[in-house]
Amino acid sequence: MTTLTINNKEYQIDVDPKMPLLWAIRDLVGLTGTKYGCGTGICGSCNILLDGNPIRSCLTPVSLAEGKEVLTIEGVENENKVLQEVWEDLNVPQCGYCQSGQIISAVALLKKSSSPTDDDIDEAMSGNICRCGTYQRIRSAIHKTAELTNSKTES
Amino acid sequence: MSTIQLITRRSFIRGLGLASGGLIIACNFPSSDEKDPVKRPFNGETFEPNLFIQLKDNGDLILIASRSEMGQGVRTSMTSIIADEMDADWNRVTVEQAIGHPKYGNQNTDGSRSVRTLYETMRKMGATARAMLITAAATKWQVEESILKTENHYVVNTTNNKKAFYGDLIKEAAAVTIPENPTLKDPKDFKYIGKGLKSIDGAGFASGKPKYGMDIRLDNMKFAAIVRCPVTFGTVKSFDKTKALAVAGVTDVVEIPRIAKPFGALGGVAVIADNTWAAFKGKEALTVEWDYGSNKEYTSESYDKMILANVLKKGKEVRNDGNVNKAFKNAEHVIESTFQLPHLVHAPMEVPNATAWVQDGKCDVWAPVQAPQTTRKEVADFLETELENVTINVTFLGGGFGRKSKPDFVVEAVAVSKAINAPVQVVWTREDDIQHSYYHAVSAQYMKGALDKEGNVIGWLHRVAYPSIFSTFAPDSGYAAGFEFGQGLINIPYQIDNVRCENGKAPAHLRIGWFRSVINIIQSFSVNIFVDELAAKAQKDPLQFRLDLIGNDRVEESKSGHHFDSAKLKNVLKRVAKNANYGKELPEGHGVGIAMHYSFFSYIASIIEVSMVNGKLKVHNIHSVIDCGTAVNTDTIKSQMQGAAIFGMSLAYYGKITAKDGAVEQSNYHDYQMLRIHQAPEIDVEIITSKDKPTGVGEPGVPPIAPAIINAIYNATGKRYYSLPLMDHGLV
Repeated sequence: MTTLTINNKEYQIDVDPKMPLLWAIRDLVGLTGTKYGCGTGICGSCNILLDGNPIRSCLTPVSLAEGKEVLTIEGVENENKVLQEVWEDLNVPQCGYCQSGQIISAVALLKKSSSPTDDDIDEAMSGNICRCGTYQRIRSAIHKTAELTNSKTES
Repeated sequence: MSTIQLITRRSFIRGLGLASGGLIIACNFPSSDEKDPVKRPFNGETFEPNLFIQLKDNGDLILIASRSEMGQGVRTSMTSIIADEMDADWNRVTVEQAIGHPKYGNQNTDGSRSVRTLYETMRKMGATARAMLITAAATKWQVEESILKTENHYVVNTTNNKKAFYGDLIKEAAAVTIPENPTLKDPKDFKYIGKGLKSIDGAGFASGKPKYGMDIRLDNMKFAAIVRCPVTFGTVKSFDKTKALAVAGVTDVVEIPRIAKPFGALGGVAVIADNTWAAFKGKEALTVEWDYGSNKEYTSESYDKMILANVLKKGKEVRNDGNVNKAFKNAEHVIESTFQLPHLVHAPMEVPNATAWVQDGKCDVWAPVQAPQTTRKEVADFLETELENVTINVTFLGGGFGRKSKPDFVVEAVAVSKAINAPVQVVWTREDDIQHSYYHAVSAQYMKGALDKEGNVIGWLHRVAYPSIFSTFAPDSGYAAGFEFGQGLINIPYQIDNVRCENGKAPAHLRIGWFRSVINIIQSFSVNIFVDELAAKAQKDPLQFRLDLIGNDRVEESKSGHHFDSAKLKNVLKRVAKNANYGKELPEGHGVGIAMHYSFFSYIASIIEVSMVNGKLKVHNIHSVIDCGTAVNTDTIKSQMQGAAIFGMSLAYYGKITAKDGAVEQSNYHDYQMLRIHQAPEIDVEIITSKDKPTGVGEPGVPPIAPAIINAIYNATGKRYYSLPLMDHGLV
């Protein structure tokens, strides 16, 4: 049995330690918000945070997550609710499928940088493909989240 | 969905729905859509659907979306039309997705047609409900209907301001006869239409909650991956399943036959497992010997030369006005160009997948499909059963772009479920998606134009060759047909006296299918570049040259009811020039390019500013203007135009599918690349205010993008490119 801590909850699963986290999370744990896009680490749809760092869950074996904290899209509301609200408010998603991975990358960026520049956004988000082409709104949403978060902190 | 009931045309709602604690209104509008959409895939313009409203006694309003949601915002735009006419409170609305059933009319979510074909019907549906609620209140209060109005989920007596909540009127409303011709709102009173309502699914999307096809989980469900022949329509000769069965979690290996229908399964060998990963690993471990069949001769390198040769000679005439040969003889200048574009593939972020459960003579399907009724028919045909035994539950689609109009992947899941007698989810790998799709056609084009002394275009010859979409549906003649020519070849918006269009031979060796904006991509590319070349040759400004070439104000009648209006096209050109500040002084190395296109009855013009730094292209900004008639959801339209620009940039930069010995050479996003955020420019969109009927939105933004980039590169560098992708020219 392997113990995974996902969104502050422990899950006991019987799993091949080599199985990529993506499939363990989706098929065994049953959290389907994390998406399969390419299986080769190119598209970012499967992004999750492992101890706060964004990783490709399609390439990361379960064994590497033992004893660490996994954050998936289902746990983001406890991590950066403002970001999700802005995402909704600016109507960022189109089909929505890649957005879990986009939001995970954005959460990680905003943890690292409270006022990211356009270059910071390019660097942090260029690993995430959006076939619908929502990039312009993703950029706006990250800037707006930073503004809102910073103005809250100041007041 | 079990609470939705079908009510026959012009029936009464008396007594209906009360058992479930609500008023169910079924508006059955005259419908001729009982015909098989597989056989008539493009003939859906005049169909009228039946849609449903459920109003609960607590005021909850459930509106049914009959079209599939794939990012175009259809669940919001369509239902907001009903809610607006009903004067409903949007905060009380939830949207339910319809199953695939003819009672909803045409459900094909393609051709940029959902709002454009259903707008009036949606309005009428909402207005019907509103009229019945007014009658209900009048009966309850014993007053004349003329003194009543509605306001945000209430009927209001204008004489005493007494209010009745919609939810409190359902019993009385249930006794009212459905009015034949309810009064529609004056558009100036719209409160949702034209207001940019945000997506009803936005909060869900931002929290990972919506269920796409791949997110369906059933008890005891198996997962399956299928090995298909690398060559289209090749078949299994033999296979060895030993190694696949040795993979932990793999439970079975079964052969799936090819179903030789347009949307039938390709066939292959399915690996069944307890989880997706085991199925994928089992698939890799399988050894299959194939009979490749005749398509193994297909190699892009030689094929592309062949179709190019076919446009350099006379083809089948598909339009001939005036005397082109004479025009060329009398011309001051004659210019010729050839254009070549490769196959493309949709590559939606969610791969094709479907979950099916065949049991007790019935079949339930959960799948991300653009054409749920077509899917139902295909499944019923495969199982040799009645339609009634097949239920197609439409999930969210993680992108569609035309790929999910073809439900071959659903038939596969049904075949596997039947074979293993268990619920199963068939998942394509990304490699499967890139290598076994229905591809956008490869093309070659030749254009010849004649200018007189004043620089007027007096002759226009356009030859095209591309494998036809019809090859997917009928024995391939090697020639294109019908609607394909109408997407920017024979219907160019220019006033030229001598025009000839010809079609050269191009047999299909891959499955050919619709891809967002379809043949418009091919024909808009050549036409927009060639017009730019003609303008340069005539030494005229490219904007003014286009305005002159469109010619006088005129309306060209169309059976579709959407008539081409040249003034609208000129208007979007002028607007985009204004928005882009066309003519402004550009920084060193920068250039601007113009393109415009009329497709899906919408008028689009784009201006793109680029620069070349060390031989590499950078797109700085894109201005697009769309006239799509009445704008139902302005924010969605902006999103679609922004997305279309990125889609167009992706295909311009990287889009290229090639075959060698019958097999597609690309396999994943590393060799079939997509634009990424650091390459994405600011995209400014203006929507022309219009009271005309709504026209297409999802697709028309794509066709002008690639040629506008080419024209901008020419403007910046003086060098003209005639083929894509730009990566092959070393520009990106």
